Amino acid sequence: MSRTNLHIDWTRCDGRGLCTELLPDLLVRDDWGYPLAADPSLDDKSNIPLGRDDEPAAAEAAALCPRLALAVRRRRP
Amino acid sequence: MKTSATMAGPETGTGPGGTNRLFAAGEYAGFSSHLHTYGPLAADQAAPGLIEELEFSGLTGRGGAAFPVWQKMAAVAAGHSAVVVANGAEGEPLSFKDQMLLQHAPHLVIDGLLAAAAAVRATRLYLYTGEAGLAPVRRAVAERSDARKIRLVQAPDTFVAGEASTVVNAIRTGTALPLDRTQRLSETGLRGRPTLVHNVETLAHIGLIARFGADWFRSAGTGRDPGTRLVSVSGDVAVATVLEVPGDAPVEDILLAAGTEPASLSAVLAGGYHGQWTGPSGANLSASGPEPQTIRPGAGVLFAVGRHHCGLAATAQIMRYLASQSAGQCGPCRFGLPALATAWEQLAAGEGSPRLLPELQRLGLLTAGRGACHHPDGTVRMAASALELFAPDVRLHLAGRCNRQEAAS
Amino acid sequence: MNEALWALGRASGAVSLGLFTLSVVLGILVRSGRPLLVLPRFSLALVHRNIALLAVVFLGLHVGSLLLDPLAQLRALDVVVPFVGEFKPFWQGLGTVALDLAVAIAVTSLLRRRLGPRVFRAVHWASYALWPVAMAHAVGNGTDGTSGWFLGTALAAFGAVGAAVLWRMSAGFIETARSRQESRA
Repeated sequence: MSRTNLHIDWTRCDGRGLCTELLPDLLVRDDWGYPLAADPSLDDKSNIPLGRDDEPAAAEAAALCPRLALAVRRRRP
Repeated sequence: MKTSATMAGPETGTGPGGTNRLFAAGEYAGFSSHLHTYGPLAADQAAPGLIEELEFSGLTGRGGAAFPVWQKMAAVAAGHSAVVVANGAEGEPLSFKDQMLLQHAPHLVIDGLLAAAAAVRATRLYLYTGEAGLAPVRRAVAERSDARKIRLVQAPDTFVAGEASTVVNAIRTGTALPLDRTQRLSETGLRGRPTLVHNVETLAHIGLIARFGADWFRSAGTGRDPGTRLVSVSGDVAVATVLEVPGDAPVEDILLAAGTEPASLSAVLAGGYHGQWTGPSGANLSASGPEPQTIRPGAGVLFAVGRHHCGLAATAQIMRYLASQSAGQCGPCRFGLPALATAWEQLAAGEGSPRLLPELQRLGLLTAGRGACHHPDGTVRMAASALELFAPDVRLHLAGRCNRQEAAS
Repeated sequence: MNEALWALGRASGAVSLGLFTLSVVLGILVRSGRPLLVLPRFSLALVHRNIALLAVVFLGLHVGSLLLDPLAQLRALDVVVPFVGEFKPFWQGLGTVALDLAVAIAVTSLLRRRLGPRVFRAVHWASYALWPVAMAHAVGNGTDGTSGWFLGTALAAFGAVGAAVLWRMSAGFIETARSRQESRA
């Protein structure tokens, strides 16, 4: 487990679905197309914990998001 | 509002006795009756040690989150050129205590704002409230010489207007919409400055604690919920009213004080539209303590539903209202809340379908926790508590019946 | 040498316009949030971006070769300021407008993470102006602009972009339009 999160800015997200393609193990789409944490037990649904192997795909998702709604961030202590 | 004031002479240095504290200076209290009742307060002299005193007092935020007041202030005081905002944007339709406080005791709020600002060495002070609240504050500010540095900002009349990041956004840009937050406002808020946003009632209590101390504050309420709080009581009651009650007060005592027989009610919504449904008796209104013996006061709201009214219909109406109050910025809230409201209306109307309950559950999970502010979370939590408390009604409704008079009409 | 520059100028202009046409159609497809056959959404977004960048490269070739070509009578000023040219100032001016828009869109796209979504989106909307302006420039200014084969191709391109725009404005354009409408009904 790395020490980063994928932060979703819901005020920007439009549910275009690129991130769910790039991170299929972490994100699924809800009824309206918005990214939904695949792990239903997660408390914080806006900051998805990333494994070390997820980081490249997460960085790509953040770079490609058409709405600039994603950011890979260091987890808060 | 109760006006059985127990006047305390300022020369004695002790605060008002009983639980009539915030309105002790009487109705529409001007600066002179304010000073006569509470005595003067020099913010600069009150500031040293105020945060520690607030820690001893156990005062929690009265805007809804019930966060320890001193903690927020200590975090803000650690930074430079802080901003302090008195938040009087009472977006919650069931709450009118902030409005009443600004109307009758604006000087207490101003005292608290000045003292809190001095304690965190703030350089900018704001008071943010709706149109109706601004007028008495403007008058109060004109009555004294130390309040001119307070900038008044008008809040719009929307549900999310009082959410902390909305407050900062509204002051900064004039747009009262919640912001995506990755850092705490106490670290980087308005223009990147550490920002303290306190509810106006919280500030009024600070204005009193700065004068009379933590021990006096704790002489009302209990250890787990010290002091007093304002509660807006409405719904199936004789008269909608604001009461100042001791912390940890039994819900039924508050209802009786509002002239309502608890036995005439089927349920009470505590805390507001983001609150929790509970029975009319058996629980205490307290910022902390085990559930179901205690219930969170939220923004200090009790909304009563009479025996003849259907709690599910009331909830469905609230759900539709809350869906309409989504700022529309965040997709899951924008689409999830209307979908939930529709499902709730079907339940309330007795359109029984075995799939309705699992669908409510599923939509709740899709909506809660997926927004910039807590509007979706609070709404889903309130709805879940309704399903729990009204479980017998839910079973009847799923069978197409309602046992209340105005069934599904 | 001049002949070569002239030919390069014309050819690169035509290729650039073709790539812009494809980029606009792909951009609309990306905006709908739908994948295309085997291409997932993120690949489509990359293809859209790369084709647009390639169109800008060919646009650079187009302008650069004609600047160097004395026959074209193009001055450096005409590259930036529209409608002041010596030869067919109006039609050439449209090309200048298209170039300016293309540069603005490309720069804001490449810097969008720094500029934020508002600026990026506002400028990106200009794509819908860029394409018809560039097409008009090609028809009015191009040596073969009014020849049968070019007009035929232009008509086909116009049909493709027009259909994409009509689809863009239709109610069911967004992939999730239906579920979103149902929830808000």
